[in-house]
Amino acid sequence: MSKRVVVTGMGTLNPSGNNVDTYWQSLLQGKSNIVPIEEFDVTDFTTRFAGLVKEYNFEDILDKKECRRLSRFILLGYAAAVEALKQANLPMEEFAEEIGVEVGSGIGGIDILEKMTIALHERGPSKVSPFTVPMMIIDMISGFISIKSGAKGPNASSVSACASGSHSMGNAFNMIRSGKVKAMITGGSESAITPIGLASFCAAKSLSQDNENYSTASKPFDLNRSGFVMGEGAGILIFEELEFAKKRGATILAEVVGFGSSGDAYHITAPAPEGEGGARAMKIALEDAKMNPEDISYINAHGTSTKMNDKNETAAIKSVFGDYAHSVAISSTKSITGHLLGAAAAIEAIASIKMMDKNTVIPTINFSTPDPECDLNYTPNKPVEREINAVMSNSFGFGGHNAVIIFKKYE
Amino acid sequence: MSLTQEEVFEKVKKVIVEGLGVSEELVKMESSYTDDLGADSLDTVELVMALEEEFGTEIADEDAEKLTTVNKTVEFILSKN
Repeated sequence: MSKRVVVTGMGTLNPSGNNVDTYWQSLLQGKSNIVPIEEFDVTDFTTRFAGLVKEYNFEDILDKKECRRLSRFILLGYAAAVEALKQANLPMEEFAEEIGVEVGSGIGGIDILEKMTIALHERGPSKVSPFTVPMMIIDMISGFISIKSGAKGPNASSVSACASGSHSMGNAFNMIRSGKVKAMITGGSESAITPIGLASFCAAKSLSQDNENYSTASKPFDLNRSGFVMGEGAGILIFEELEFAKKRGATILAEVVGFGSSGDAYHITAPAPEGEGGARAMKIALEDAKMNPEDISYINAHGTSTKMNDKNETAAIKSVFGDYAHSVAISSTKSITGHLLGAAAAIEAIASIKMMDKNTVIPTINFSTPDPECDLNYTPNKPVEREINAVMSNSFGFGGHNAVIIFKKYE
Repeated sequence: MSLTQEEVFEKVKKVIVEGLGVSEELVKMESSYTDDLGADSLDTVELVMALEEEFGTEIADEDAEKLTTVNKTVEFILSKN
């Protein structure tokens, strides 16, 4: 028999806060956390702003040597895991082999790859660090969290660009549901705001270039949206089998009830027309959760602020939700945090769970001019209090990867 | 001007403390990188690279393999000076 899965811990570092409480307060205020990039010289870049994690001292949780060596997405992901594990307080020693890790990233350790490519080019192969590959590979985030926490269950990472966090959570959910493990440390981490990461997204014309008005540049579903805004950070959630959590008296934050994924089979970066692939993932997630569209109180949209995504996601929501598409609450928290790529789904799952807990919809900020092709209720600019019993969170990645996860209040 | 043994030791110690994240007091002439200072194979590769940097020299792989203790490292660097 299929097991029920609940969330018992959450942790995050992202542009809006270095823990879940600060993040939530920042979302409630509905102010942009996007800033000019000062970490490297951006003079020649067409986009010069992003959402960055600031003021976190990694030496509080790791020794100097580890801090120096680890790529930044691992530092961020591990720090978020520390917070989530503290909250969940899993009985790690007794159940180590039944607790796994599945944390994804879209891009991984591009910072070290970039640095070492320069070292190779300028000074030759003997100057390339032996840590280059171990720090670059995406799965090292799951490996490192297991080394530090002692979790000896299944250990891997899902990679599907901006849906990586969602696929990781989906896999973690299914692993517990099938009875294979008691708990999973899951989510996503990303830190790709380096010269090569930024230059690549600039070249692809994916990013907003509104350097003068950086804090309003992320404007999902607005007529004048002009591209996404990069963000960095991590979100980690502890998923746990319900009976196991109950027996040990864990605090249950929400229930995970459905996951759906699909492929577009269409284009390397553009979504399929009318968001066909995304729509299928939403339908599959609803079937998986044994829910009707009307059971969903709130949709956390992928809502990247690109012309293509927001238009197609809107069409997809309409095709799945029918008339109800116009009354379901929708928002894109990327308007506040920026787009965290492989970590986006994880921090958005945390936001969605907090919204359910507080019965408050976090708005889509920077919304001023409606787009005739985006005509749903995106909760513009101000938070709205309303009963939220179940939330759907959408994530779509370059490559045509669509992933949708559904949480509901635990009863 | 060539460095004295004491000066080389101090510089090597600095590289080790930085590279392996160990405390200064732990680094003695007779210390073995793996047995006393907790270095693994990747640590030692990185350490050799840092030594090359510090002393502005190249250390061939066959030489690097022999540098298993602080003492051997200091002697090797003195011999290159």
